[in-house]
This record gives sequence, structure tokens and C-alpha cells, in this order.
Amino acid sequence: MSEPEVPLDEALRADFGEAIESSRVSGGILTVRARRDAIAGICAALKERHGFTFLVDLCAVDFPGRERRFEVVYHLCAPGAPGAPAMGLRVRLKATVGEGTPLPSVTGVWRAARAPEREVWDLFGISFEGHPDLSRLLLPDGFEGHPLRRDFPLEGLPDEEGTGD
Amino acid sequence: MSEEMELAFGPRHPALHGLLRLRLRVDDERIVECRPVIGHLHRGLEKLFESQLFAAGVAAAGHLDYLGSAGALAYAGAVERLLRIAPPPRARLLRVLLAELGRVSSHLHAVGSHASDLGFAAPLAAALRERERIVRLLRRAPELVPGGFAAEPPAGWLERCRELAEALPRGLEEIDGLLTGNRLWKKRTAGLGVLAPELAVDLGVTGPALRACGLPRDLRRDLPYEAYGELDFEVAVGENGDAYDRCRVRIEEMRQSARIVLQALDRLPEEPAPPPPARSSLPGGEVYHGVEGPRGETGVYLVGDGTSRPYRCHARTPSFAHLQALPEICRGEPVADLLALIGTLDIALEEVDR
Repeated sequence: MSEPEVPLDEALRADFGEAIESSRVSGGILTVRARRDAIAGICAALKERHGFTFLVDLCAVDFPGRERRFEVVYHLCAPGAPGAPAMGLRVRLKATVGEGTPLPSVTGVWRAARAPEREVWDLFGISFEGHPDLSRLLLPDGFEGHPLRRDFPLEGLPDEEGTGD
Repeated sequence: MSEEMELAFGPRHPALHGLLRLRLRVDDERIVECRPVIGHLHRGLEKLFESQLFAAGVAAAGHLDYLGSAGALAYAGAVERLLRIAPPPRARLLRVLLAELGRVSSHLHAVGSHASDLGFAAPLAAALRERERIVRLLRRAPELVPGGFAAEPPAGWLERCRELAEALPRGLEEIDGLLTGNRLWKKRTAGLGVLAPELAVDLGVTGPALRACGLPRDLRRDLPYEAYGELDFEVAVGENGDAYDRCRVRIEEMRQSARIVLQALDRLPEEPAPPPPARSSLPGGEVYHGVEGPRGETGVYLVGDGTSRPYRCHARTPSFAHLQALPEICRGEPVADLLALIGTLDIALEEVDR
């Protein structure tokens, strides 16, 4: 079992410089914060050069008090990486975006990103540039609002007729 | 002569496992394009997690996977990792027991209903007979809570688990004989819904559907959680990534589950585990915890902020990823194979829509 020669975050820093905002171990795995516009390039590099072929999960978190309120979180896995078990090597990538700012889509890197990016659009209202079909996923087309935002009430927005539908 | 038309399929259809609508474009009898339209079972589970006490989330997460208990295990595991607590050894083994019984229950349903979709009735009857025994046991299973279990299993429950695990291989033999032992079954499913390994990984496919492509990836072995690190079992793999291999992998996994259940029972410490102390709040921080559910990686990404409710809880479910594989394996196939293609991927719409 050999360790990778350069730690992953240093390798990313060497390639992407200031686009890598921070990196630390959080919740047991390496968490890299990256600049919004560099996200697709970083993902492509992680897949092509570092073996992160499996996009485990893509989701978002809303922090309405912050200047850029949304955090989009990517969980990646490098199956069969040297020195790690088959599903072992994992990394978390994060980008923060403000309301109305799009994020580059990573559907060109992993096909697995198609539905999750649509879901994030649907439930948070974060758009992804370059997504082949960014439409609502879980909610009906005419739905107004993005319910996983923290300021969206649990019981839903009151509708005009007051029917509660 | 080529003539394309649109075909609406679902959302309500007796052979669909839940509510799923498919918008198909077909050319004669062949599927040109398949677009799943989902959300009919969307219950806003992730919003619900944020609104209730974190301990109550275990039960809500249990609704992700109605055939097994992967959702509840993933959620409880995530909470424990955030709280930095570990369940006692007895609870960890009991969880393995619960997870494997759930896996068998889910696989029996998958294999049986898939066979029935294809017109093979006997395997479904045999699978449901075996499954009924498990469901009866699971109904009396102790309640899963962060830190362990709320109570000890009822008297005689563990003995019943042992009897079941000892008898299971015989039942599986019969089901296996009705399927892989039947050349009609082989003819019908070999080469059906082939998924290439690279494409499967790119689409985020995990679980038996990935292992059927020949990739031996299993979180129980690769990132062991609960007590899996100390148990001996084989990771079942296929070769061709088709419906036949997926069925074979599921049957073999059930055999391994029976082995795991017996090992867990043998290793179970005698002393009852005390119920875990109640915690009132989740610390700040984030964690992702994935478990090998019956269909694949079931994970929970949990963000805490020091209050009694999760700040954010996202569920990564295997069926959500697998539904993206459906259009890929449908392309160019006859409409008549559509139900078989849905069945072989074993998609549970409850965990797709959340």
C-alpha cells in the first residue's frame, strides 16, 4: 500500500492556485472549498487525474444570513485508489453562491450529476450553467418557490385562493 | 417505414413499483427515448428532517427504504458520527442483523416481482412465502435510536432469527432453481438491460446493479460500519451486467446475508445493552454516512448547528441514481421489455422521490 505522493489538496492547489479557497478535514473526510467559477474544471481534474470517477452525491445547504447564501456540496469517491479500499477514498467539494448566481454544471464530467443538479434547482433555486435540461424534478412545473430554502415555511406558501393545495 | 410516436406510461400502472411516469418516444416497437417524470411520491422528507427533533429523524428516514432499513441505519449512523458516540457492540451486531434481514426481504421482493413482471409466477409465490417470515420478525424488531436501540429484542426473537437464517438457504435453493435453473428464464433475461461498468459508475450506480457488472464494490467491506469489519462474507459479483446477472447477484447476496445473520447471532454478547443516554442537541458540524442498502449506497449528509434539530439533512438514495440508468438501458429496446428493465434495476420510488 503506497500513499499518494502529494496530498490531494496540495495537488489541487498547485493546479488551481487561488481557486482553492480552503481545505481541511471535516466530518472525517477532506473538504475542499473552491471558487464558484472553477468548480467544473476542478471536478474534471479530480476525475481525470485523481480517479474520482464516482459522483456519490450532490446537494445544497442554505445559510440565508450569509453574503453568498448557498453552499453546493459534492461528495466524490475514487474507487480503487492506491492505498485505499475500493470505495474508500472520498472527498467533499464545496462552492458557495449567492442568490441568482449560476454555478457551472458538472454534468459534462459525470452523467450522475444530471438529476441532482435538477433537484438542487427545483428545491433551492440555484441554477447550473450548461445543464442539458434544467427543469423542475420533484415538484410540478407550475410550482412557485423553492421549498428547501430555510425561509420557505414547512406548511407551504399560502396560495391565492387559500385552498391550501 | 419509420414512424415515431409518443407513448405515455404511468404514473399508475400495476407493474410499476410505486408511482412513476415515463414519457416514451417509440419508433414502431422500439424505444427511442425514455424520460422519467418523478415526484409523485415526494413527501418533502428533507424539509421534515429540519423541522423535527433529530432523534425523530430515524423513523422518518426509515420511510426512505420501505423494504429494508437502510435509510434508518444511514441516518442513525450520521447522527452518531456527528455526536461522536458509538453504539455498544451488542447494538452494532443487532443492527447488522436488522440490515441483513432487510436486505433479504428487499431482494426477495425484487427478484420475485421482477420474475412475475416477466410472467414467471412461481418464483414470486416462493419469494413471498420466505419474505413473510422475515416481515413477521421485523415487525417485532426493537426500535432503532441514535446510540443503539430503544429496547432489547422481545423474548424468543433472537432464536426465531436463528431458525430463519438456518432455513433460508433451502428456500433460496428453490427460488434459484425456479430462475437460474430454468432455461426459459435464462433465455429471457440474459443480455437484457446490459449496463457497461464504466457507464454504470458514471451514472452513479451502486449495489447489486454495479456488482453485476463485475465490480466488487460493497460498502460493508470497503468502508466497514457497525460490526461488518469483524464478519466474514463474500461480495457477490456478476460478469455481464445484464438482468440475469443482477438476479444471480441478488440471490447470492441473500445466501451471504443468512451467513452474516448467523455470525452476528454467534457473536452477540449475552449482556443486554443499556439504552443509550438521550442527547438533546446536535453539535455544529457536518458528516456524510453511507451504508450498503439492499439497492446500493444509501447515505445521509447531515449538518448540525448546535440545536435540537438538524440544520440540513440530505438523503442520497441508490434508486435516485438508478433511475438515471433506465433511459440508457431502454434505448433501442422493445416496449415489451420496459417493465423487465424497470424491475431488474429494482427502483423503489419512495426513495427516489423522498
